[in-house]
Amino acid sequence: MKRFIGFIKKEFYHIFRDKRSLFILFGMPIAQILLFGFAITNEINNVDIAVLDHSKDVTTQEIINKISASKYFTIETFIEREADIEAVFKKGKIKAVLNFEKDFGQHLITDGFATVQIITDATDPNTANTISNYTNAILQNYQQEMNKNVKLAYQIVPQTRMVYNPELKGVFMFVPGVMTIILMLVSAMMTSISISREKELGTMEILLVSPLKPLQVIIGKVVPYIFLSIINATVIVVMSIFIFRVPVNGSLFLLALESILFIITSLSLGILISTASATQQTAMMISLMGLMLPTILLSGFIFPITSMPLPLQVISNIIPAKWFIIILKGIMLKGVGISFLWKETLVLLGMTLFLIGLSAKKYKIRLE
Amino acid sequence: MTNELVIQAENLTKTFGSFTAVDAISFSVRKGEIFGFLGANGAGKTTAMKMLIGISTPSAGKATVAGFDVSSEAEKIKKNIGYMSQKFALYDDLTVKQNITFFGGIYGLSRAQIKLKTAELVEELDLKEVVNQLVGALPLGWKQKISFSVSLLHNPKIVFLDEPTGGVDPITRRQFWEMIYKAANNGTTVFVTTHYMDEAEYCDRVSIMVNGKIEALDSPKNLKTQFGVENMNDVFLKLARG
Amino acid sequence: MKTIGYIIQKEFRQIFRNKAMLPIIFIMPLFQLIILSNAATFDVKNIKFSYIDHDHSAMSRALIEKFNTSSYFNVITDFPSAALANSAMLSGEVDVILEIPQHFERDLAKDKYAPLGITINAIDGAAAGIENVYISQIIQGFNRNIRPELMQQGQASNLMKSINTIPLFWYNETLNYKTFMVPGILVLLVTMITLFLSGMNIVREKEIGTLEQINVTPIKKSQFIIGKLFPFWVIGLALLSVGLIIAKLIFDVPMLGSLVLMYGYTSVYILVILGIGLFISNFTDTQQQAMFISWFFIVIFILMSGLFTPIESMPKWAQTITDFNPIKYFVQVMRMVMLKGSSLTDIMPQLLKTLAFAVIMNGLAVWSYRKTS
Repeated sequence: MKRFIGFIKKEFYHIFRDKRSLFILFGMPIAQILLFGFAITNEINNVDIAVLDHSKDVTTQEIINKISASKYFTIETFIEREADIEAVFKKGKIKAVLNFEKDFGQHLITDGFATVQIITDATDPNTANTISNYTNAILQNYQQEMNKNVKLAYQIVPQTRMVYNPELKGVFMFVPGVMTIILMLVSAMMTSISISREKELGTMEILLVSPLKPLQVIIGKVVPYIFLSIINATVIVVMSIFIFRVPVNGSLFLLALESILFIITSLSLGILISTASATQQTAMMISLMGLMLPTILLSGFIFPITSMPLPLQVISNIIPAKWFIIILKGIMLKGVGISFLWKETLVLLGMTLFLIGLSAKKYKIRLE
Repeated sequence: MTNELVIQAENLTKTFGSFTAVDAISFSVRKGEIFGFLGANGAGKTTAMKMLIGISTPSAGKATVAGFDVSSEAEKIKKNIGYMSQKFALYDDLTVKQNITFFGGIYGLSRAQIKLKTAELVEELDLKEVVNQLVGALPLGWKQKISFSVSLLHNPKIVFLDEPTGGVDPITRRQFWEMIYKAANNGTTVFVTTHYMDEAEYCDRVSIMVNGKIEALDSPKNLKTQFGVENMNDVFLKLARG
Repeated sequence: MKTIGYIIQKEFRQIFRNKAMLPIIFIMPLFQLIILSNAATFDVKNIKFSYIDHDHSAMSRALIEKFNTSSYFNVITDFPSAALANSAMLSGEVDVILEIPQHFERDLAKDKYAPLGITINAIDGAAAGIENVYISQIIQGFNRNIRPELMQQGQASNLMKSINTIPLFWYNETLNYKTFMVPGILVLLVTMITLFLSGMNIVREKEIGTLEQINVTPIKKSQFIIGKLFPFWVIGLALLSVGLIIAKLIFDVPMLGSLVLMYGYTSVYILVILGIGLFISNFTDTQQQAMFISWFFIVIFILMSGLFTPIESMPKWAQTITDFNPIKYFVQVMRMVMLKGSSLTDIMPQLLKTLAFAVIMNGLAVWSYRKTS
C-alpha cells in the first residue's frame, strides 16, 4: 500500500511538472463555458437583410420600420432589381431579402390582401427557417394591428408553459453538454496518452516487473486524473451556477456521485484505447479523432437525438456521453432524484464494468 | 597527423540559470587525431559537445570547429562534421537503406553517390541480410555501426561520437573501434566521449572533465606517468575523487 | 530543392509504414463524414407528444387527431392525470403535454373562448421555440377550420386585411441539413487531421531524439519545414477529394461553383493549419503537450467557426474574435462555392485573409524553429 501511494505521488509529480498541459487542462473548461455562455447561441440576432421594395408606399415603409426596429434584423441595404438578389447572396453577408410586390398598399386596400416574398439564403437551413418564421411573425403582428377593429370570435387560446428553462436560455442546454465533453475527452485522452507514453518510452516494462501488481499500476496512473477531472467538474458547476445562473435543482451529492461515475467510465475508455495503441500518437488520434466528433454530435449536446434517422438514434445509445447528459439535465434542471435516473445510471455502470473487463483481458493477453 | 588545429576552444562556458554545466574549458584538437572526451555522467561532456556541433549556443567564451566560429557560423560547421548521438538517432520506422538515402540526401549527396555509398556500406558492414529491414528491429550493435557509417556518409572533416558504445558487448565494441581507426586513418578527426576507461587507451589524447572543468589533458601514456598509475581507470578515479 | 525531396520521401515512408495510423488518417474521417453528417440537424422532428383529455368530446378528439396526423409529432400516449404526465416528463419519456380542460367544447361554443394547457420541456430552448411554433400552427389551423361551423349566420366578416407571405428558400428549397453540414464537417475533418499530424510531427522527433540528428546537418530551416509540411498538405488535399466525392455521391450535395477555386482556396488554407501545427510543435517538449494545445485551439476554432451555430448571432466582441479563426473562412468559402456557386471575386476577402494567415503562421513556424538552443 505504501509503495502504491508512492507510485500515485510520482504520477502527480509528473502532471504538476508540466505547467503547459496543466494550464490547458484547467483553462479549457473555463474558456469553453465562457464561450458557450456568452458567445455561442443558435438563436438569431442582428441578421443582415436586404429589401427590394417595388411599391415604396406608406404601408411598406411602416413594415420596413417594424422589421428594422426588431433586434433580430438589421436592414443592410436596399436593392432595386430581382437580378441583384443573386449577387447579394453570393457575397454571403445578406441572409434574406424581402420582396414587396408592386402597389402593395393599394392591393391591401382594394383586394384585402397583398403579397410579400421572404427570400432566404437557405444554405444554412436553420437560420433560413428561423428568419422566415420571425419575419412572418412580425408581419402577422402588423396585420393584427391593421385589423384591430375586427373582432375574432370562437378563439382557442393556448396557454403555453415552458418548463425547466422558461427564458429558453441556450446556456441551460450547453452547460451539461460542455461539462460532459470536457470530462469525457480529458479523462479518456489523458489516461490513454499517459499509459501509452510509458509503453513507448519503455518505462511500462519497468513498472510491470516491479513488485506493483499490473492492476495497481493502472489504478495508480488513473487516480490523479480522477482528481483532476473532479476539480474540473466542480469548476464548471460553480461557474454555471454563479455566472450563468443555471440552477442545480436536484441533489448536489447525487450530482457529485454521478459525475465520478462518468469520469470513471471515461477513464476506462482511455485505458482500453491505450491497450490498443502502441504509440502516443495512435492513442491521441484515436481518443481525439475517434471520440471528439461522435461525442459532440451523437450525444444530444447540440443536436436533438430524436430528430436523427433511426439507425443513428440506435448508435447514440453506445455513446456514454448521451446518458450522462440526460443525468445532468435531470439533476440540474428538472431536479429529479435517482428514482428517475436509475436506468441511465445502470447503463453507465454497465459500460464501465464492460470497458474495465475488456481492458483487463487485453492486458492479461499482452503480459502472458 | 599534421599540426593543423581543427577544433579550438577558449574558455567555452555554458550555464543553465545558476548552474554552470561547462566551466570555461580550453583545448584544441589536431587534424586526424582521435580525441577522447572523458568524464563521469553529468560532468558536462555532452553539453560541451553540443556547443561544438552548433546545436547549443555558448554562454561565454569561443570555439572554432573546422575553422568556423560555433556561435556565428554554426551552419557552416554542420557541413563539415558528422555526429552520432547516444540515442543512435536513426529512424526506427525506416529500413536501413531508407535511412542511408535520407541522411545522404539531406547532406546533399547525389542519387548516384547515395547508391554507391549504400553499396559500399552493404559490402563493408556485411549488411546484405538487413539492408531492407526496419532499423527498429535490429540489435543495438548493428544500429551503432550503421549509425556511425551514416555519420560519415558525407566525408566530414570531423566526426563527433557521443558515448557510441554504451550497452554493447566487448566484441562489438572492439569492432566498433576498428571502424574508428579506419576513419582516422582516412584523415577524419574523431572526437569521442566515453566513460569506458579501457576505450580511453585507444585515443591519441584524452581530456578528463570533472564538474564542468577539464582537469587533465594529454596522451594516455603521459597521463599514466603523470599520476603514477598503471591504467586510465586509476587516472580517472584519482581525478574524480579529487 | 533536392534536399526537400528527401525529407518528403522520408515523411511519406514513415506515414505509410505506420499501419495503426493509416486507418485513423484515411478511413475514420470519411466514415465520420458519412455517419455524422446525418446527425447534425437542427430539424425538430418526432416530438414526444402526449395529452391529457379531460373533455372527451368530439372536438377534443378531433384536435388530438390533428397532432396524430402531423409528421412532426409522435403521439406517445394519453395520461389520465396531470401528475402522471408530469412524472413522465421528468423521466424524459415525453417533451410536450397538451392538457384539454373539462368542458372545452362546451365553453368554446358558449363563451366563444376556450383555453388549452400546453407544457413544453424547454431545456433545449431553441427546439422548444420551434415546437411551440408547430403547436400553435396546428391549433390555429384547427381553430380556423371549426370557426365557420360554430358561427351563426350573418356573423361572417371579410373585413380582414391580410398580408400574404411567400417564403422562398434559395439554394436549398427543402431545407436539407445535409447539404449544409457535409461541407462543414468535411472542413472540420480535414482541419483536424492536418493540425494534429503536423502538431505532433516535429515534437515527436524531438522526443525520440532524431531531431538532434537533423539539427547537426547543414539543412536549412525553411527546407526542413517545407519538407515536413508537404506530405500533410497532400494528405489534406487527398482527404478533401475523397470527401467531395462522398458529398456528391452519397449526399448529393450540389457543387455549383468551380472545383479549381475550391482546391485553390483549400491549398492555401491547409498551409495555415500546418503553420499553426508546426508552430505548436516548436513550442512544446512532448507530444502530449502539443496534442493538448492543438486540442484547445481546435475546440475553440470549431465552436467559433459558424459551423454549428451562426456567427451573426454572436455578440460583437465574439464576432471580432472569429475574424482570427481560419476555420470560419474555410467553412464560409466551402459553403459559398459549393452551394451558391460563388466566384473568385465573391470569396476574395476570405482568400486574402487566409493568405495573410498562411504567410504569418508559416513565417512564425520557420522563425520559431531553432536548430540551436
